[in-house]
Amino acid sequence: MAELQTKVARPLSPHLQIFRPLMTMVMSIVHRITGSALYVGTAFFAWYLVAAASGPEAFATASWFFGSIIGQLILFGYTWAWIHHALGGIRHFIWDTGHGYGVEARNWLAKATLVGSVSITILIWIVALIVR
Amino acid sequence: MVQLTLPKNSKMTEGKVWPKPAGATKLKEYRIYRWDPEDDSNPRIDTYFVDLDDCGPMVLDGLIWIKNKIDPTLTFRRSCREGICGSCAMNIDGMNTLACTKGMDEVKGAVKIYPLPHMAVVKDLVPDLTTFYAQHRSIEPWLHTSTPAPETEWKQSREDREKLDGLYECILCACCTTSCPSYWWNGDRYLGPATLLQAYRWLIDSRDEATGDRLDNLEDPFRLYRCHTIMNCAQTCPKGLNPAKAIAEIKKMMVERRV
Repeated sequence: MAELQTKVARPLSPHLQIFRPLMTMVMSIVHRITGSALYVGTAFFAWYLVAAASGPEAFATASWFFGSIIGQLILFGYTWAWIHHALGGIRHFIWDTGHGYGVEARNWLAKATLVGSVSITILIWIVALIVR
Repeated sequence: MVQLTLPKNSKMTEGKVWPKPAGATKLKEYRIYRWDPEDDSNPRIDTYFVDLDDCGPMVLDGLIWIKNKIDPTLTFRRSCREGICGSCAMNIDGMNTLACTKGMDEVKGAVKIYPLPHMAVVKDLVPDLTTFYAQHRSIEPWLHTSTPAPETEWKQSREDREKLDGLYECILCACCTTSCPSYWWNGDRYLGPATLLQAYRWLIDSRDEATGDRLDNLEDPFRLYRCHTIMNCAQTCPKGLNPAKAIAEIKKMMVERRV
């Protein structure tokens, strides 16, 4: 065959730009994002532990930071990322057993991950603020 | 690799708005991805208006109407117009599906049509499926046997035949594979949902005798295990099949043969 059109720079068809953001896909992306966020959050947590082991001055600095508005926001985000990623892990575990693939089941699992993570996070904070 | 944005030559621009058909009362707006290899410009989105009183009910009917009555240069694949050939797979209203089985009335507002996502475009709505077909071929989608062929046919019990339900219906339209973000980012090495569903179709065929070899061929961090159960494949399949589930069953077979 003669090559009529040699090496045209073909465009790539649009993908993320145009695909409908389905709940299941969004939860998959959020699972990744929360997983990455946990590295950052855990670094803060490690700082807190190291500060506690280093002595009263370092601990006071860390305590002050986590008591500030930014510190509280980081802690709240860390709690949510942790719970969300954990629930996502359970969802993936269910899928690994070969269950939960039907239309209703997969959409329910995706929604349950989000609803579950938000409500459990709020619950933890309410309890934490009461106990404090 | 992961690239969330489109390359420079693939960014879309606003195209031509074609005149409304004269005297039409019921109109449906179509916004269609256009790209012509013979001119040097980027892809554009053209707007057309279809006269619903002069046109069938499906999205494909509208495309054919446009091609016949307004713009003969509009290019797309189609053949059977009844959801069995898989030619008219495209992205309609945000989901990959077959234009011939998607009703215009299912789409609110303008019907937005793009080629199957993250593929090299040949022209307009026609993507290059060469890699997709090569991947399908790589799983050797035919019966493998080593025992002598029987005098009549290879027999199968009703129960074993039932295991192929939900798999044999696949028409290889590529809707699922091109909906998969894992395939978008790693389509050169990950086989994608359609090919893996086909792989599973031969793995659980009671007459096939190459199960071990087939699993060996799939045991690879990319070919099989790039599936992260994102589920777009199952959500988008125009035949209502579940490639994600088939892939999970392959992963289970991998574990089961080790224990």
